[in-house]
Amino acid sequence: MGFATGSIYGGLALALVLIFKSTHHVNLAQGELAMFTTYVSWSLLRAGVPYWASFALTLAAAFLLGAGIHVLVVRRVQHAPVLTTVIVSIGLLIALNGLAGWIFQYTIRPFPSPFRADAWYGTSHFSSHELGMTLVTLATLALVYAFFRYTRLGLAMRATAINPESSLLVGIRVDDMLALGWGLAAVLGAVAGMMAAPIFYLEPNMMGGILVYALAAALLGGIENPWGAPLAGFAVGIVENLAGAYLVGTQIKLTVALVIIVVVLIFRPAGAFGRRTVARV
Amino acid sequence: MSPLLELHGVSASYGRATVLYSVDLTVEEGGVVALLGANGAGKTTLLRAICNMMVRTTGEILLGGLRIDHMPTESIVRLGVAHVPEGRGTFEELTVEENLRLGAYTRGGRSGDLTRSRMLARDLGRVHGYFPILEERRGQQAGTLSGGEQQMLAIARALMLRPRLLLLDEPSFGLAPIVVRKIFEILRAIQREEGIGMLLVEQNAGLALELADHAAVLEAGRLVMSGAPGAIAGDEAMRRAYLGL
Repeated sequence: MGFATGSIYGGLALALVLIFKSTHHVNLAQGELAMFTTYVSWSLLRAGVPYWASFALTLAAAFLLGAGIHVLVVRRVQHAPVLTTVIVSIGLLIALNGLAGWIFQYTIRPFPSPFRADAWYGTSHFSSHELGMTLVTLATLALVYAFFRYTRLGLAMRATAINPESSLLVGIRVDDMLALGWGLAAVLGAVAGMMAAPIFYLEPNMMGGILVYALAAALLGGIENPWGAPLAGFAVGIVENLAGAYLVGTQIKLTVALVIIVVVLIFRPAGAFGRRTVARV
Repeated sequence: MSPLLELHGVSASYGRATVLYSVDLTVEEGGVVALLGANGAGKTTLLRAICNMMVRTTGEILLGGLRIDHMPTESIVRLGVAHVPEGRGTFEELTVEENLRLGAYTRGGRSGDLTRSRMLARDLGRVHGYFPILEERRGQQAGTLSGGEQQMLAIARALMLRPRLLLLDEPSFGLAPIVVRKIFEILRAIQREEGIGMLLVEQNAGLALELADHAAVLEAGRLVMSGAPGAIAGDEAMRRAYLGL
């Protein structure tokens, strides 16, 4: 019914919003980061690590990978023109995709779900994995919001996104906050990737389509609005499914995401829930 | 009195454009220096140079005898330099209280949560004492405050750092005269009770000279006069050229 896949779009959309809010860049490599970390989890599982241990280790690896990419690559171009940063993020996308293909091959692989198919909470409408992944995603989102709302570090990260110069003046290490933001976004992506893989199968291109839906969700929710992203994620998931079933068929349902992107950008550039801000010059 | 802030031959530039030429200036411990001058004289640049923000500087800047030029901005802040920037620089989407808590961001990181919250409560009480309106508005988004209240919030946030040196960039900017007078009264109270050194950049020379115990005039990036506020206010050429008195 689209609710479960919607949670994946919502999680990844929030990752996009986090990075956009703090740096004003759309990180096109967000999906490939998620895919790559899902392979990390897959490797751990194959080495015999229990599921939830590998889940936790993968989140730690994702954090380091995200923060590391910011420190080593993104930080060096943060004052560059928009075109440069777009090209850098496309470069990262291609590099991560190629690296995954090189290390793990392009073979499509099954990925296990931690929620057993015959679990008592599975129904004919909602499989146990769909219910489980929705709950895992919602729990992750709740943790992220609590972190931003209630911790000193979260407050400092919000301050950095709102006004980097004033943040420096109260003694916040802005570069560290941005790296932290990249790390957190990668963690959100990793959750989305690990929850998506049992449905979409694991392969280097698995996140290509998902990123387009997530981008549609991020724009629909308002690219500056962290509350809108997950809500819009569910909406996009449901619309995609209904359109796939009754309107355009599954063959070209990715078009639905592109239509959403175009319509939002034309009619409501600040998103369905977004407020438009007008800059005074 | 010992010097708190010393500038020795400080020049500053943005890219190729040099804005300050070999400025010497001292703020004594607990002293108030008014820095006056026309638009574009380099007053704001001087404050930005002290905090090492987006300007290239040469020369020596010392805080309590310690070289701070070439330190990153956050480290200079951690040494107790609070900068209230031009245009206030509040975090508009955050609440008044969150703004104030951010002012104390660098303090007491290691001493455990209980002492941190106690310290925060004590300092919130302290700045609310100077600015009672901020306590009333604590849950409100900073962007919804009036101009005067935002200026008060900016000063209060700086005080949360418990600074040794307060850099104030045009606190009177864009405010009604009655509000400006009130803010200067509060600044005087802060100076009297806390003994914080202040470097005050102002266009409103009259009020600045009343508050200051030392004044300096900047013209086209060079310090052209420095002395007691009375002497500068009394100098006919200065009055006409820069002070608009």
